[in-house]
Amino acid sequence: MDRLKINQEKIDKKTAEKLIELCPFNAFEYKNNKLEINAACKMCKLCVKKGPPGAVEYIKEEETGIDKSLWKDIAVYVEHSRQKIHPVTYELIGKARELASKSGYKVYCLMLGFSIFESAEELLYYGPDEVFIYDYKELQSFKIEPYTAAFEDFINNIKPSVILVGATTTGRSLAPRVAARFKTGLTADCTYLDIKENSDLVQIRPAFGGNIMAQIITPNCRPQLATVRYKVMESSKRMPEKNGRVTVCSMDVNKLQSNIAYISIAHKEIEENISETEIIVVAGRAIKTKKDMSLAYELAEVLGGSFAGTRPLVESGWIDSKKQIGLSGRTVKPKLIITLGVSGAVQFTAGMKSADYIFAINKDPEAPIFSVAHYAVVGDIYEIVPKLIEDIKIAKSTQPSTQYHVPVFE
Amino acid sequence: MNIIVCIKQVPGTSKVKVDPQTGVLIRDGIDSKMNPYDLYALETALKLREQYGGKVMVISMGPPQAVDVIKEAYLMGADDGILLSDKKFAGADVLATSYALSQGILQFKDFDLIITGKQTTDGDTAQVGPEIAEYLKIPHISNVIRIIKATDKYILLDMDLPEYTGTVKVLFPCLITVEKDIFQPRLPSYKKKIATMDRPIKILGIAHMDDKNEKNYGLAGSPTQVERIFPPDEKFDREIWTGSGESLAEKMTEKLKELKFI
Repeated sequence: MDRLKINQEKIDKKTAEKLIELCPFNAFEYKNNKLEINAACKMCKLCVKKGPPGAVEYIKEEETGIDKSLWKDIAVYVEHSRQKIHPVTYELIGKARELASKSGYKVYCLMLGFSIFESAEELLYYGPDEVFIYDYKELQSFKIEPYTAAFEDFINNIKPSVILVGATTTGRSLAPRVAARFKTGLTADCTYLDIKENSDLVQIRPAFGGNIMAQIITPNCRPQLATVRYKVMESSKRMPEKNGRVTVCSMDVNKLQSNIAYISIAHKEIEENISETEIIVVAGRAIKTKKDMSLAYELAEVLGGSFAGTRPLVESGWIDSKKQIGLSGRTVKPKLIITLGVSGAVQFTAGMKSADYIFAINKDPEAPIFSVAHYAVVGDIYEIVPKLIEDIKIAKSTQPSTQYHVPVFE
Repeated sequence: MNIIVCIKQVPGTSKVKVDPQTGVLIRDGIDSKMNPYDLYALETALKLREQYGGKVMVISMGPPQAVDVIKEAYLMGADDGILLSDKKFAGADVLATSYALSQGILQFKDFDLIITGKQTTDGDTAQVGPEIAEYLKIPHISNVIRIIKATDKYILLDMDLPEYTGTVKVLFPCLITVEKDIFQPRLPSYKKKIATMDRPIKILGIAHMDDKNEKNYGLAGSPTQVERIFPPDEKFDREIWTGSGESLAEKMTEKLKELKFI
């Protein structure tokens, strides 16, 4: 068990104040000439690294860890709605293959549902070594208890070292449940994954609600679970021939009981999904009034794309939450994205930085958005965008083009 | 119906940055507030109480100053509150946080329903609700978008799935995580400020839990470890354009043409 130790003999009022100032999480308390760490501590260890030498010590105590060699291979949870496989699955298989070639592990898929054999065969074109399916009536619709029970059965039998789950609504409901059952770690919304020689999964994600990335490992527990959002990893390509095999698993059906009953299921209304469009114009906080949102609408329209917004605009009710880009909204991977006065918090950029071309317009030359932009346009959106819309209209009228037609703007 | 709502105090701003030279976190103001998504959870509970009676209790985990978030919940109408605060909770990841909260929840006498927000704005993981449900061995439904009705045995609601919305009946006890906009949260009432001034807030530590084993809490009970924190990658090929609005608009149009977007 690792912990922080405060060497009280090195603490006086001055060093205490210094440490209190240094800690970004307000986790130090100085009372009766004694310095203590409270529950706000996130173990960032800044007090150890940057504080007065020797004042705070990081004590690493040996774990009687698990035998990691008993846990092998990489499993991908197959997200699907009634046999229709969600494309995030192919992206996870792509990533799993990459990790597998580094570690020598095999890649497995786990699919839960009813009448799913054929869809499971389709997965074999994307490169897993084996697809394990649990095909039961009780698993026809997503219910948390039977899905967790089948997942548990799979883990107990296969003992995968790494499990990747798509961060869809169901994935984000199921993965934590499974992680808690095995009392193991789960890292949400990873933007980067790698594997160490000792089989520890290196997981990187935006953290602490700010412009910070955290590298996270699960050193003493197996399996290691991570969720990844759709459109973050590179998809595995469909091969002309299938490989590997489908294995049908059986389990005790008594474990598939549930206290949840479906009354009905409704298709969602077909709505524009910004995750699927190729050109996106994003409005940010520099837009001063709701009326000025027309800058974004019009620019999107002349480019034949969609418009979207950042969290502050959604919170002020200027834009629908389905059009929010970022960790609390959608992740997008369009060909072109133009941001209008978006400052670029990491929560936002994590949702769009894999776009092919990013143009960012912002008055502030220090705006963090410029660190992900290919074209950092330093200027006022109110001066640039109206002129830009005019220029594009002129360019289009003089030079009709058929390159991109994305008729999704409503 | 007795309802427990899990709430969290989060930083008021998201302007935490890392100094690229020194690697030190820069904190811009230290004001904090209730996680905005929790307001929807609390509002859902208050609406259910109005319709079906019962009590609304809130629970949070955090440093001693997090009592403020419980007080805020009292101002909105919560009846009772617990703050889990103990030095030994420090450094808790999702699993250890969920475990502590589930142990804290057991200290309320009984409950039918637990409600959490969709996620927090500082962690953004959306994992704590489902993990609490697992530890309490009760079913959970994530992404609830509408409550249709409740009886003394079950709750009927709509949930959001990737391709569908489902109407489901869930037996009590259960946990739900609610989407933003399920109800419009009420504002804190200043009349209640006087009424709730003396309302106690229980502050509990490991000593008050059923499970008193320190190894299950805080850093010791956390399977994940933060190896390092760093500013987002800034090594990147990019062009920086400056000039008048007009010239910048022209330059963008030219580039968009060259890239065949126009």
